[in-house]
Amino acid sequence: MTRIQGSGWVGLLLVLMWLLVALFGPMLAHYEVGAIVAPDVFERMGGAHFLGSDYLGRDVLSRLMNGARFTVGLSFGAALLASASGASLALFSAISGRWIDETVSRLMDALISIPGKILALVIVAAFGSSMLLLLLIAAISYMPGAFRIARSLAVNLNQMDYVQVARARGEGRVHIAIFEILPNMIHPLLADFGLRFVFVVLLLSGLSFLGLGVQPPDADLGSLVRENISGLSEAAPAIIAPAMAIATLTIGVNLLIDSLASGGRSVTDEAQR
Amino acid sequence: MSAVLQVNGLEVSVRGERGERIKIVDNVSFAASKGEVLALIGESGSGKTTIALALMGYARRGCTVSGGEILIGDTDVLALSRAELFGFRGNRVSYVSQSAAAAFNPSKTIMDQVIESAVLHRLSSKTEARAKAIKIFESLALPNPETIGNQYPHQVSGGQLQRLMAAMALMSDPEVLVLDEPTTALDVTTQIEVLRSFKKVVADSGITAVYVSHDLSVVAQMADQIVVLKNGTVREAGATMQVLDAPSDEYTRSLMAAAKSIVRVQPQSLDASDVSPAKPLLELRGVTAGFGKTDRDGMPRFRVLHAVELSLERGSTLGIIGESGCGKSTLARTIAGLHPAAAGSVCLDGETLAPHLSRRTREQLRRVQIVFQNADTALNPAQTVEQVLGRPLAFYHGLSADAARKRIARLLEQVKLPANIAPRRCAELSGGQKQRINLARALAADPDIILCDEVTSALDTVVGAAILDLIAELRRELDVAFVFISHDISAVRSVCDDILVLYAGRTVEIGKRDNFTGGPGHPYTDLLISSVPELRQGWLEETHAKTVAEPNSSLPGNGDLCAFLDRCPVRQVGTCDKTPPPRLTHGNGNEVLCHLGQTKA
Repeated sequence: MTRIQGSGWVGLLLVLMWLLVALFGPMLAHYEVGAIVAPDVFERMGGAHFLGSDYLGRDVLSRLMNGARFTVGLSFGAALLASASGASLALFSAISGRWIDETVSRLMDALISIPGKILALVIVAAFGSSMLLLLLIAAISYMPGAFRIARSLAVNLNQMDYVQVARARGEGRVHIAIFEILPNMIHPLLADFGLRFVFVVLLLSGLSFLGLGVQPPDADLGSLVRENISGLSEAAPAIIAPAMAIATLTIGVNLLIDSLASGGRSVTDEAQR
Repeated sequence: MSAVLQVNGLEVSVRGERGERIKIVDNVSFAASKGEVLALIGESGSGKTTIALALMGYARRGCTVSGGEILIGDTDVLALSRAELFGFRGNRVSYVSQSAAAAFNPSKTIMDQVIESAVLHRLSSKTEARAKAIKIFESLALPNPETIGNQYPHQVSGGQLQRLMAAMALMSDPEVLVLDEPTTALDVTTQIEVLRSFKKVVADSGITAVYVSHDLSVVAQMADQIVVLKNGTVREAGATMQVLDAPSDEYTRSLMAAAKSIVRVQPQSLDASDVSPAKPLLELRGVTAGFGKTDRDGMPRFRVLHAVELSLERGSTLGIIGESGCGKSTLARTIAGLHPAAAGSVCLDGETLAPHLSRRTREQLRRVQIVFQNADTALNPAQTVEQVLGRPLAFYHGLSADAARKRIARLLEQVKLPANIAPRRCAELSGGQKQRINLARALAADPDIILCDEVTSALDTVVGAAILDLIAELRRELDVAFVFISHDISAVRSVCDDILVLYAGRTVEIGKRDNFTGGPGHPYTDLLISSVPELRQGWLEETHAKTVAEPNSSLPGNGDLCAFLDRCPVRQVGTCDKTPPPRLTHGNGNEVLCHLGQTKA
């Protein structure tokens, strides 16, 4: 039913490449993550080190291959968690009575009103940084947005005639939610998942950039940008490469998801804070 | 006489999946001279709207006009540049679409929208345009032409809005006016007013009109020439008289057959009703329902149904007819338990059903099935035919996958669909096929009663007639009772034993089908019957259907008085506006809610 076309193939290619890097990068990397191997800092591209060396003279390519795992894995996990929990809560809320719906919706509004990055900063400052914590923070920050979109879809679908027919047949709420409503909102939800993924990548990169994300000697793509920031004036590949990595990853995911979702209804970009 | 509008060998095509060209309009030619009305008639997908839009030099997204020429006067429309089209559209050719409600901007006054194009094209100043608009309102027989323009679109009725849209199109004194199904969305009683005013305006202004419709009876009233289209090609073309009297094409004949009102079912045999005494299968007593907050007596603020009573025998069919907003869909939903009644009771086989379906047993739910109007939205697009039909089988009868497959094959056979349709998705089916699946799903439950809510309204005439045939046949073969809800009296007459006329949520007349052929009954019933266009020229001028066009709001709006009072052409001052109407039994056995029979008798 779903066919990938045009730019979707570019997206698929980019996503596959990053998945492979995330899975096999650490094995393929030529040097240890923390090993200082180059004679000079901010070396040019080519030569012994394909993407040059970083501010301590470590191999950029190896660090990138190790870092992709964190960015891709964490973002994918967090986005999946955010979208899945948001959608389930939305379905539950849409088929429940008015009071439950109101309560859940207002709770989500309250959560939306807390700025995500500040929340993340506070939590990391309080508990210290860990993988699990980062995953949870990102999931919680982006769950209300997913909930909002899924709920508006579910409320609309809930009014459709075929749902009325199912109700008149005497079907239970759970059956209606899973078999009548959910299959018809999967496409827009996929598009939304693509957006969430990108936002999570940016949030985690932002946190890492502030030094609160993945801790050294490991580094995700965001930390790679931050630690090499002093190479900016020299146009060192050490800073350009991870920045490009973030860009290609996010663009690839979006191209892929867009072409997957174009069969379904288009989802309007939720106003992001 | 030279033709104002001439179309030669028009060809419109779309790009197929592999980039190949598919012609959706092929070699269509016709011409109309000044003051003539030319009708394009055909079912949905016949290309009639595509042609109408091409007359404006417009092709919908994905379509291209790939050949032929369109001449309006001496202008070749297809050769115009973008900039030239801007001055041409809405100026020399105007377009009136089917849904006026969707074409008006709800946040601007009507006058601002009517004069917008004239002001935009710098044809006249605002004041001149206003004066002209008021003149056009007058000629379209709109009420209060001076002030109606100050209102917003939601404040006027659907029929008025359709005429206002025509006024918008007429502002620029176009040479050609394209009317695309302008009355399809209207009730018959409203349609007649709109048709009359359109006909008058076209005759007065000497404009050339292209009237697009699927309804042969309506076209017979309006057109001088008819072009019958099917699958983008001209099947037959000629003067209205000739096409109606001596159709040469097979397809035209099938259209005419579908438009004729025929009785598809015989009345119940008498001995059957002798065997089963008294106890009706379904009985409604004093059913009242509505929307909004409930007051102290548990009555909703906006009442839609007022103490509706009806009874339905096993295996018989009751038709419920009325205009949009009269509460007929709410009635079906109330019976099904989707919309709980505020008062009164719904009894199935003598056993009172709970108002809300959550308190009904599964067995009770199984026995009453509802079929919705729009099969596009009534079937889950994510499911296959097999899943749609399989669910009620598993849910009510607990059939195993194997038994279900056999039953599905039987059901598909019953609704005259090929068995190989089962694995297909509902979204891939045609409108008529979807409606058949919609019916089959109700049959899958083995119900005693099927509530059909406007099941033929969204379908083309020919397809709708086939669905009526199917319902009539199912009735004969299975022992199922139908409640057939429609706004189309000929559809109701063709499949029902008894007919109930609903007006403003009240039963105004109920009786045997044969009594609904135009004899005196309730004034509203008479209006309804005489408003259905007949398939012959000149009907529009002859018909005696008349209403007091605009509701007279000075009359007291007492809830107990006759609801039809403000539109009634035969109301009697002193009686009708003073005392509530009695429910009388007329000579033919019909029960009528009106004073009129009383004074005559």
